[in-house]
Amino acid sequence: MSAVIKPGGAAAREQAIRALLAEVADPEIPVLSIVDLGIVRHVRFEADGRLHVGITPTYSGCPATEVIRTAVRTALDAAGLADAVLEEVLSPPWTSEWLTSAAHAKLEACGIAPPQEPVSSPRRLWNAPLVPCPRCGSRTTERVSEFGSTPCKAHYRCSACREPFDYFKCL
Amino acid sequence: MSARSRTPSERDPAQQAAHFRYVLRLADTSLVLGQRLGEWVGHAPALEEDLGLANFALDLIGQARLLLTYAGELEGRGRDEDALAFLRDPPDFANLTLAEQPNGDFGHTIVRQWLIDAWQLEIYAGLLRSADSRLGAIAAKALKETRYHHRFSSGWLIRLGDGTAESHERVQAGLDSLWRFTAELFAADEVDERMQAAGIAPALMELAPRWSARIDEDLQAATLQRPPAQPYPWHGRRGVHTEHLGHMLAEMQHLQRTYPGVRW
Repeated sequence: MSAVIKPGGAAAREQAIRALLAEVADPEIPVLSIVDLGIVRHVRFEADGRLHVGITPTYSGCPATEVIRTAVRTALDAAGLADAVLEEVLSPPWTSEWLTSAAHAKLEACGIAPPQEPVSSPRRLWNAPLVPCPRCGSRTTERVSEFGSTPCKAHYRCSACREPFDYFKCL
Repeated sequence: MSARSRTPSERDPAQQAAHFRYVLRLADTSLVLGQRLGEWVGHAPALEEDLGLANFALDLIGQARLLLTYAGELEGRGRDEDALAFLRDPPDFANLTLAEQPNGDFGHTIVRQWLIDAWQLEIYAGLLRSADSRLGAIAAKALKETRYHHRFSSGWLIRLGDGTAESHERVQAGLDSLWRFTAELFAADEVDERMQAAGIAPALMELAPRWSARIDEDLQAATLQRPPAQPYPWHGRRGVHTEHLGHMLAEMQHLQRTYPGVRW
């Protein structure tokens, strides 16, 4: 994470910075990076010659937001980009559909069921989605609580292997 | 942090004052309701409900922070979100009177939450088309969370109302006691009218029947009786509060008032 970004074309540097940010872990689900989560909205050198990085919060009140800002700032400082501008982007609002496919695989591997349905699904409003157990794959699971250990997760239990697990909610 | 949206308000002081006031009202309702929900942490009937109420408190306080920061910029006197949240007295708060009412029992809290969730659903949906793009962006974010909140509060309202004799009685009592504060929800004053004329705010008059229909639908499923209209308008949004707000703020603001400028 301490590699200084070498001078070069803006596109190459922006790509190097994205790779750098892909190393910044989400403080609450550390198997995911902030790039996996889809919260890095832009990385670009603007006319003022400075790097601008746009970050969007997942939930308005997510307590991880400030920790993430600090982590991004630290990573950019270490890369020699102390004058980078961090911007909060609210529009369009974050959706769990921005999780990368790598994020889905990483969640599953650590026992958290990834989001199951497109946000636009009308079923989502009324029914708990069918969430396969991330441990044994069984499709007979039940929702214990719509709220879990962080704002973005719900609490489920598998009826087959009896293990409790977290489900990353659709928002 | 994001680029400021330019609205006509910035050229007309009266318009700018109304704009500030409008955003402040939305912010204070979220802040005060969030603080009230926070009082449940560790006290809810079950762990899952404790988590749920704490999650809503977080969402609401997060929304309040975005709105207060914006309100501070519109005001232009250098007050940030902390100055607005922690260093104002009750008459300077502009929340709905309903939001500051004490928690009571779980049923009472659910009724308060459900009435305001249904109100915020209409307000935020209306603000999606606001001429003020920053307010529209905050509303779009908040609306997604409010849908979640309403699903929870209406779900509990129905479960309690259509539950046991005691749960029915308690939630009906909560409704009877809080209903008098609902006349304020859609009572437009000069601030609302100015904002509506500028295309910044939706017309409250048009939102009221939609709110009312949603309320009736949930009440019917919950087998609860809608209390008669009580036209006395409370004036929390104009800074005239019930005595409960002062007690709540005394606790919420204690640290910042005792140690001005304290930092973690």
